[in-house]
Amino acid sequence: MPALGDVLEGKEVCICAGSGGVGKTTTSAAIAAGMAARGLKVCVLTIDPAKRLADSLGLKELDNTARRVDPKLFAKQGVEVEGELWAMMLDAKATFDELIARQAPDEESRDRVLNNRIYQQISSALAGSQEYMAMEKLFELHTEGEFDLLVLDTPPTRNALDFLDAPKRLTQFIEGKSLRMFMKPTGLAAKVAGRGASVALGIFKRIVGFDLLADLAEFFNAFSGMVDGFQARAKRVNKLLGEPTTCFLVVCGPQGEPIDEAVYFHRKLVEAKLPFGGVIVNKVHYPAEDLENGSEDLPAALGEKLGDEDLAQRVAANFSDYQALAERDARNIERLAKELRTKGVIRVPYLDEDVHDLAGLAQVNRYLFATGEERIAMAAGRS
Amino acid sequence: MAVALGLRAASEGKRTIVCEVSSQENASRMFDHAEVGFHEVEMEENLWSISIDPDESMREYVLLQLKVRAMRDMLFRSRIFNYLAAATPGLKELVTIGKIWELAQLDRKVKQGRKYDLVIVDAPATGHGIGFLQTPRTFAAIARVGPIHSQAQQLDRLITDHDHTGTAIVSLPEEMPVNESAALEQELRDEVGVAVDRIYLNGLYPERFSKAECERLGELAGGENGAVRAAARAAVSEHQRARSQRAQLARLRRRVETPVKTLPFLFEPELGPEAARRLSRRLG
Repeated sequence: MPALGDVLEGKEVCICAGSGGVGKTTTSAAIAAGMAARGLKVCVLTIDPAKRLADSLGLKELDNTARRVDPKLFAKQGVEVEGELWAMMLDAKATFDELIARQAPDEESRDRVLNNRIYQQISSALAGSQEYMAMEKLFELHTEGEFDLLVLDTPPTRNALDFLDAPKRLTQFIEGKSLRMFMKPTGLAAKVAGRGASVALGIFKRIVGFDLLADLAEFFNAFSGMVDGFQARAKRVNKLLGEPTTCFLVVCGPQGEPIDEAVYFHRKLVEAKLPFGGVIVNKVHYPAEDLENGSEDLPAALGEKLGDEDLAQRVAANFSDYQALAERDARNIERLAKELRTKGVIRVPYLDEDVHDLAGLAQVNRYLFATGEERIAMAAGRS
Repeated sequence: MAVALGLRAASEGKRTIVCEVSSQENASRMFDHAEVGFHEVEMEENLWSISIDPDESMREYVLLQLKVRAMRDMLFRSRIFNYLAAATPGLKELVTIGKIWELAQLDRKVKQGRKYDLVIVDAPATGHGIGFLQTPRTFAAIARVGPIHSQAQQLDRLITDHDHTGTAIVSLPEEMPVNESAALEQELRDEVGVAVDRIYLNGLYPERFSKAECERLGELAGGENGAVRAAARAAVSEHQRARSQRAQLARLRRRVETPVKTLPFLFEPELGPEAARRLSRRLG
């Protein structure tokens, strides 16, 4: 795989996907910082409701507005940022509200939607709305054209499918074609469609309670004037995802399970004909370099140097534990590369210090953006 | 973690079932078992596993609600019913929690259902987990009447009743997971209203070397070549990790009210039932 800087050359949207706990948020932030260092105006968006990105960028709070990360913070880490780094944490409810306000033909329809209880539930409390709205915000920012590059941190993989389907599902929901037909007061359509459908509706009413149904009906009625607008928008969002200026990066860890998920997600991307850019494996245990000389009797060699048998044994045991992990990682990454039919995989080592601040980001960055030779040199420099 | 807890309970003689809600099938994979799907499958003595699929749960729920076979067959074929079921926000989560509740009943609704002493749920990750547990309450608020309303209320009561339900937070000894766990503890307690019984800090490195030893190894790492240098470096690296993890552990303990229990990092290429068993012995 070519260096990340080249992969992202000329891209306008970079979407980082992967399962939870693999450092996706950190990676997104590091990518954004790296591209900002290369002179671009970059904004990183997170839809993870846990406030991880704010933590890693040293921002007190992120809300639905983009905030610039103070360049002085980077200067302190010895990183010169030629461009600008901005960060935003998505507020799904506020984004949805804004969208309604924009799409509504008049104030009255807007308020009818905003005050509808079904709407209030889908826009805030219930799972799935984050995905819907991340796409929307991404699209909005892209249309406004304020930034050279947008980096999106997505929710964990099992949700990533929801995420890809979000625009389609949203419009299908709002359209509610079959349902609205039966909601009409005349009930004529129900008669035309036959008894089965109306009985089904009746049973559903009985199970979920009439009020919910009435709220749903009200929701669809209130939305009816906006359906076309939503459909058109969803189409454009989908188009944006498939553009050659968009790039999907799969982020994972070196253990078997995250690798499986990365493979799964890659397959879904290919099926959906979305532009796959590459895969990044975080927290990799690197194997030790050149072990041909004298690894057979390590405890003895260590004992001689240290003059302490007990310590030598412990050092050797620790080393063999690490080697086992490094071998596992290498095997898993090989499998990943094979499954993805990709030449290379970007590896970020398991660093001695936990990455949670700009210093850590700068360190991750060196690995992410290294060219081929630099990467080999860095790998050799580590144990 | 969920499996380790399950093994522990099972070894104490409790009939236990581990429920997964994201179709990831980690449990069956761990035991090298074929995928279990929406079936209660025995993994070990006293330990069962199920992967709860919302569509299957919905189906089962309707089957239990409607006694007339012709009616339910018609219902499942009906496009409008499927649409409504898909369109109703949170219904998926609700029927999933409903199934968990059903598993926990001693008087099972499912015919010839096994009775369990303990139901362990491998819940979704932090942000989504909160929403998941709140579903019954939000649902009870939208459906003001009808069977779902009262059932949703019943589910919410189950979740918030500490005699029956408790949560365990699983964290890692790193900066961000510690922050998240502290925030999660507060949200679970104050917003969802569910009790937090224990926080498990997983993957803690052993302290294999003293500071003085580490200094000597640091010198060795600078001077030697080959395997000796690599081994010395690995030891220094381990020491630094172990120390920074101890600092995170201390920070977590300061920030939460719930007792924190640590679990060791397992230096094993793939975690199988043996590893889970060893972890389970460290629980309690």
